[in-house]
Amino acid sequence: MFDKKLKGLAIASALGAVLALGGGGLSVARAQGVLRIGMTASDIPLTTGQSDNGGEGQRFIGFTLYDALIEWDLSHADRPSVLVPGLATSWSVDAADKTKWTFHLREGVKFHDGSAFDASAVVWNLDKLLKTDAPQFDPRQAAQGRSRIPAVASYRAVDPMTLEITTKAPDATLPYQIAWITLSSPANWVAQGKSWDAVAQHPSGTGPWKMEHGFVPRQRAELTPNKNYWDPKRVPHLDEMVLVPLPEPNARVAALRSGEVDWIEAPAPDAVPSLKAAGFSIVTNSYPHNWTWHFSRLPDSPWNDVRVRKAANLAVDRGALKDLLGGLMIPAEGFFPPNSQWFGHPTFKITFDLDAAKALMKQAGYGPDKRIKTKVIISPSGSGQMLPLSMNEFLQQSLAEIGIDVEFEIADWNTVTNLWRAGAKDPGAKGATAINYSYFIQDPFTGFIRHLQCNLTPPAGTNWGYYCDKDMDALFDQVRNTFDQAEQDKVLQKVHEKYVDDALFLMVAHDVNARAIDKKVKNFVQAQNWFQDFSPIVME
Amino acid sequence: MMAYAAKRILQVVPVAVGVSVVCFMLIHLAPGDPLAAILPSDASADLQAQMRALYGLDRPLPVQYGLWLIRALHGDLGQSIATGRPVTGEIAGAAVNTFILAGVATVLGFTVGATLGFLAGLARGTWVDRITSGIAMLGVSVPHYWLGLVLVIVFSVELNWLPATGAGPGGRSLDWSYLRFLVLPAVTLSVIPMGIIARTVRSLVADVTAQDFVSALGAKGMLRRQVLRHVVRNVAPTALSVMGLQLGYLLGGSILIETVFSWPGTGFLLNTAIFTRDLPLLQGTILVLAMIFVLINLGVDLLQGAIDPRIQR
Repeated sequence: MFDKKLKGLAIASALGAVLALGGGGLSVARAQGVLRIGMTASDIPLTTGQSDNGGEGQRFIGFTLYDALIEWDLSHADRPSVLVPGLATSWSVDAADKTKWTFHLREGVKFHDGSAFDASAVVWNLDKLLKTDAPQFDPRQAAQGRSRIPAVASYRAVDPMTLEITTKAPDATLPYQIAWITLSSPANWVAQGKSWDAVAQHPSGTGPWKMEHGFVPRQRAELTPNKNYWDPKRVPHLDEMVLVPLPEPNARVAALRSGEVDWIEAPAPDAVPSLKAAGFSIVTNSYPHNWTWHFSRLPDSPWNDVRVRKAANLAVDRGALKDLLGGLMIPAEGFFPPNSQWFGHPTFKITFDLDAAKALMKQAGYGPDKRIKTKVIISPSGSGQMLPLSMNEFLQQSLAEIGIDVEFEIADWNTVTNLWRAGAKDPGAKGATAINYSYFIQDPFTGFIRHLQCNLTPPAGTNWGYYCDKDMDALFDQVRNTFDQAEQDKVLQKVHEKYVDDALFLMVAHDVNARAIDKKVKNFVQAQNWFQDFSPIVME
Repeated sequence: MMAYAAKRILQVVPVAVGVSVVCFMLIHLAPGDPLAAILPSDASADLQAQMRALYGLDRPLPVQYGLWLIRALHGDLGQSIATGRPVTGEIAGAAVNTFILAGVATVLGFTVGATLGFLAGLARGTWVDRITSGIAMLGVSVPHYWLGLVLVIVFSVELNWLPATGAGPGGRSLDWSYLRFLVLPAVTLSVIPMGIIARTVRSLVADVTAQDFVSALGAKGMLRRQVLRHVVRNVAPTALSVMGLQLGYLLGGSILIETVFSWPGTGFLLNTAIFTRDLPLLQGTILVLAMIFVLINLGVDLLQGAIDPRIQR
């Protein structure tokens, strides 16, 4: 009997020993020149050309495997990114007809499959997104790309290296729109049996990276350098870049710390001290990201009074909020980050001034016996939402100090996205007068126009609060009709000044695009952009 | 036995239909929009309407359900909205990973749990009983996602012995380069069934050994080893039944563990589908998991009937 008991215990011990056997020397050997990245996406972004998964998808698949006619300059960390020539060497608008644009294409560029890039390939790609009866029309890519080029009316190849695009109306923001459209190989689509599913595993673009061995859904994708890339300065130095979807924040940190990956996107703020202590670098930079409350401007909204809007903006101690986030935020001084080329010179200074905030509330007729009670839609998590619960509770306490009592309507990120599209009038908003939402503000449309243009209220667009101001609309028209880049920047500065001086949002924070990186990763330059260039990186 | 088996199999049909209706309706009752996964957040209403029509989401719910059910009966669960890949293929690939994980966790949990429970049952009231019962209690009580994180911190982050996430780059094999990815999630997942089986077996062994026939067998001069074989035969049907239920839970309920370890199984797939409101993937995964649960219970019932013919009556 005792022998049997011993045998049982021995089995248990043996199991323990098996676990322990995982031991030393079993960690994955890291090949020199292989960079492994833990993404926040739960799957490999769409690989056929127009990638999904938002900014992260474009960052890791869109602008690695593919190029656009116009691209973002990702070579500097110390200044905002600007548009630069990509597969188009130059572009211009017709002086007599401001709807007609000519793009001169880059000579000698080849897709990864060896086929030549020319104007007919661009037309084919635009048909892929816009022409529903084209054989190559792909609903999945159309879902991603179509809304990015709302100005495009028609297009044609003038000659093999010249493309003409006609817009629905004069629109000087077209280059920003075109910078979204990444171009896949028509010849490869034919070679893959005209099947986008097949192309997904055998993609072919003109980008600095290739995907030669397909990918394993939800597990990994391996990118290798395109040694024949048209820009010799951007031929990747690494042997390979491996993308690993790791949506769970703790799993990303564990993967980095156990040496399974060399780089993780968006480490949780509370993990940063331990990562720094373990010798990892936390790389951050300003980039066009915004975390705000959008105000309802429906008749019964308390935010219709500019004094209340300004008071709310003055009631938030953004420095303390930054401490709460472990330093991983840029305190808002406006709608755009302070170093943006479009920041301008607003007269309303967004600072923490509780006395001034209370005075403004008093002027607006509010006080201890007359408090504002209102509801705000928030999410407990979500892409780009940073730490939404803690941050919104911080705002709730801050606003209570000046007599604004906020009740939260909490919904998951998917639902909040739908509520943002649906607008403040939608029954789903349940009478909320503000919504917390974060997003990409990299170009004039996503940064300004879509939020406040009169004709973009739901369902036509995402002017959530039904704001409408003829002066603002006139500025937007001016943006669309100013074709000189420097002059257009000046108009955009005026737009931003009005955004801030009228306190049109509760402007709170900008994310800093944090990533935790092993010290072995060298030469990474974090551009002030949602997209990044992985070509210069080497592994020590 | 054949009549019993036929009766049990027929009982599965209404359960399966009920499961399909409930899973379809529950998903559509939840707020959210599957198109949010594939459209930019500022997509125009026109584009949303076009995509809704393209994916058949503009049709009445009963029509959507009918079409889905007909296709499902032909083995086609549609295409994932988020990835565009066939749902059947997505689930099949993920299910293999989950079967492997749940299978290893079941074997581990059952072996350790049954051993501990048997020892405790035979040595009631002794230190062996107290230690094994303590371990079992801990197994049942400890939140397994928390345990998973602790194991990751100890064995992956601090000791760097075992990988923290994923299923490895090399594909499934019996090689240690693959198996090492399985260790932490499987151990974590096995802890609850280990505790439950240990407690169940302990109490069953205690009950059976207290019965007169055990004393009678001993009095007739039967060897202790032979007596214990009789005890095992009496304990086995109930222990198997409990283990069958646990396997069902492990197959369907490993969503937290698979998420913590980024293990590419059905739980991870389900988690992704929930957050992206990927209706076809969500419906397909829930249906398949529910049917697996139903079929495991059916299998356990049939096995119990075979081991103990009294159950057939």
